Amino acid sequence: MLRLERVSKRFGELVAVNGISLNVLRGTIAAIIGPNGAGKSTLFNAITGIYPPSSGEIFFEEKRIDGWPTHRIAAAGIARTFQNIRLFSFMAAIDNVLAGEDAHLHARLWDSLLHTPRQRREEKEARERARELLRFVGLEGVSETYARNLPYGSQRRLEIARALASRPKLLLLDEPAAGMNPREKAELGDLVRAIRERGITVLLIEHDMGLVMRICEEITVLDYGECIAHGTPTEVRNDPRVIAAYLGTAVA
Amino acid sequence: MHEFLAQLINGISLGGIYALIALGYTMVYGIIGLINFAHGDVYTLGSFFALTILTALGVSGELHGVALVVDVAIALIGAALLCGIAGVLIERLAYRRLRNAPRLAPLITAIGVSFILENVMQIWKGPSPVPFPAVVPNPSVMIAGVAVGAQQMLVVGLAVVMMVALQLFIHNTRLGRAMRATAQDRDAAQLMGININKTIMLTFLIGSALAGVAGFVSGVYYQSTWFFNGFGAGLKAFTAAVLGGIGNIGGAMLGGFLIGIIESFATWKFGGQWSNVTVFAILILVLVFRPSGLLGEAVFDRA
Amino acid sequence: MIYAYFLIAIAVVIGAQRLPDLRAKRVLFLLLGAALLCAPIFDRNDATFNVLADAGIFVLLALGLNIVVGFAGLLDLGYAAFFAIGAYTYAMMASPQFNLHLPFWLLLFLAAAFAALFGIILGAPTLRLRGDYLAIVTLGFGEIVPQIFQNLTKYTGGPNGIGALDFPSFFGRSFGQGTIPYYYVVLALIALAVFFAYNLRDSRLGRAWMAIREDELAARHMGINTTAVKLAAFALGASFSGLAGVVFAAKLSLVSPDLFQFQVSVLIVSMLVLGGMGNIPGVVVGALVLVLVNNVVLPQANTIAATAGLHVDFGNYHFFIYGAILVAIMLFKPEGLLPSRQRKEELHHAAT
Repeated sequence: MLRLERVSKRFGELVAVNGISLNVLRGTIAAIIGPNGAGKSTLFNAITGIYPPSSGEIFFEEKRIDGWPTHRIAAAGIARTFQNIRLFSFMAAIDNVLAGEDAHLHARLWDSLLHTPRQRREEKEARERARELLRFVGLEGVSETYARNLPYGSQRRLEIARALASRPKLLLLDEPAAGMNPREKAELGDLVRAIRERGITVLLIEHDMGLVMRICEEITVLDYGECIAHGTPTEVRNDPRVIAAYLGTAVA
Repeated sequence: MHEFLAQLINGISLGGIYALIALGYTMVYGIIGLINFAHGDVYTLGSFFALTILTALGVSGELHGVALVVDVAIALIGAALLCGIAGVLIERLAYRRLRNAPRLAPLITAIGVSFILENVMQIWKGPSPVPFPAVVPNPSVMIAGVAVGAQQMLVVGLAVVMMVALQLFIHNTRLGRAMRATAQDRDAAQLMGININKTIMLTFLIGSALAGVAGFVSGVYYQSTWFFNGFGAGLKAFTAAVLGGIGNIGGAMLGGFLIGIIESFATWKFGGQWSNVTVFAILILVLVFRPSGLLGEAVFDRA
Repeated sequence: MIYAYFLIAIAVVIGAQRLPDLRAKRVLFLLLGAALLCAPIFDRNDATFNVLADAGIFVLLALGLNIVVGFAGLLDLGYAAFFAIGAYTYAMMASPQFNLHLPFWLLLFLAAAFAALFGIILGAPTLRLRGDYLAIVTLGFGEIVPQIFQNLTKYTGGPNGIGALDFPSFFGRSFGQGTIPYYYVVLALIALAVFFAYNLRDSRLGRAWMAIREDELAARHMGINTTAVKLAAFALGASFSGLAGVVFAAKLSLVSPDLFQFQVSVLIVSMLVLGGMGNIPGVVVGALVLVLVNNVVLPQANTIAATAGLHVDFGNYHFFIYGAILVAIMLFKPEGLLPSRQRKEELHHAAT
């Protein structure tokens, strides 16, 4: 569903991502792992069009998307969360989710100006869907709370709800478990699986190997901007280059 | 050809004034990311300070010999110093509290300060243009068949001297290094033990003093000054800073001279009423197509 | 007497802001509207309605600029340019200038459309710019537009502008010299503007504006076409200004370039800053307070000073007042006097 072909990203002299090829299959939960600075987030930014790749090609559902503006890539069905949460801090939780639905709303300028019946109906339905999504991620009680006033774990989940609101086919999660306690991580694992059950493919960046090994079917390992291993959790776990890159610590 | 050269020389003289003002914009922007909207009014303030000093010295016309050197030096240094102090006060009172505020807050404040300064000057020196004594004699030299006045040479000479001095200061002194470090990364500079407040104050001091010099020079050059001069001159100098690449000292000089020349030619070719339109059109075009300016590096969005 | 109008209007708007109940708010607004509608029946003082109509024009401008600055977070320092475009549209098409005498009501629409068009022309290439650069570009535009009107003497009358503009008429009855018809037009436009502004705020578009103000990059990742959304803000804001320009020109029966200088743009920004950017009641109050000060308090202060034998022209202190408002509010109460809940929290937290 998502195919990267020899994607590179250079910032001046620095090669952040070097010739990465990757294929994410529909309906899987895949992960990109690797030490800090390996180029994982840069890869996400390349996919979502923030930093278009310096070379290489990116295909999403067989359409070439590199070079598209970010909002178009998002509307095509790729949603993401951010490593350092980027919610709309001073908007209510439900408004965050509603903002995520934007690409699927049809209200034109006149509808917004006049609040036409069609706009009211659409807004009501959107609100209903947003509530359902908040319920889905376990935030039903706090829909009117400002995002920034939510506890950390809830913010992470709200970000996922907001991403889901854009009705993605592919969801990119950038270190979703960062800063979570074990119980929250377990819940997150369940949530990611439930998202997959909804027919959404998930690609995540994560440092927590326990979580990755438990929920992912495919793992790609990056180091210094290059792909050093690819395979199932068991294959990756036993790959000597991976063990070397991690100094044998985290994977064990 | 003759007219072309004459306009070129006019433009370079005008550009010297813009360049001096542009330095203040570019230094302040480089160090705290603020478009110091009030800077143009500090420039006007400089011409009023110089005028006041000259009046106090009893100067009302052309000076010669020792009196010329001494009185001009006193007026020049006095205007620079007073403007420097004004700049530091403005930073301390109006901008410092907003250093970490959302980006547009200090800009709005700066516009407020500009309005206050303009109004104060209007009350101080009246709403009409004020004559400025022609202290510097203006014999001219023929260069390539064009008469170049001593005043023009003074403008350009002073501008160039100030810029060279500034470059030397920034690259060869400890304080200059502190300024460059703060401009690059304020937090890191602070961790290295640089006193940020002092460095920013120094930036305002130097930038505003240069505006003071420009104010004096423009008084001598135009023999007139007006409370509202700083608005237009400030915008043009800001355009110069942007054209050269904001945050870049060499760029400010280059931009200043270019804007002066462009304005001069626009006035010549299309008439004075189009010169502002031309300059602002350039401002818009540069910001849209090359926001990093001629010499600057790309300005990344910090948001 | 004039004070009573302003103070009651300000008090009602503030009161409405404080009321938690939406229905009570609406009732209060409707009552205020009804009172303002009936006022000319009891009070036949033309001068009063002259000031009120002027105040209304500025309320309209503040509401329009609020869409751009308050909702979308784009600092527009050249807003007076669109006001000028609206005013000149009327002046050129309803005056002896070209012997065109199009009806006022048609020109209201035309001017709004023209202004919106220019908003898009200016916005399209510039909206990618960072906030402060955008502010300066709009300022440049605001300087260029009146200058061009001044320079194109053949079409615009140059520095003297265009005079003897047509009196609008309503079903064949000319407005004539009276100010009350303008007062009614302004009231109607404000009602419309307030209706639109609230609708926009509570719509897909308003949410998108809020989102890009909070985090433009994240908004883009949500599939929000930030350029289109910002352009919409620019165009809508400009169209309000165009409307205000038509009424302004018709009421004055004159336009000239010096009526649309930078000071006007800053005055409107000051209204927003004073009242509370982004909050509709806030910017209405901001506009009313500043018009009250400019058009009522200062002239009266002059008269009082003159009777006391002082020769002070408080009219010379306008700049100082705007400047002081901008500085003082930004330093001490950046959310303005009557902020929205959101803005208040935002600035409160940003400071920590």
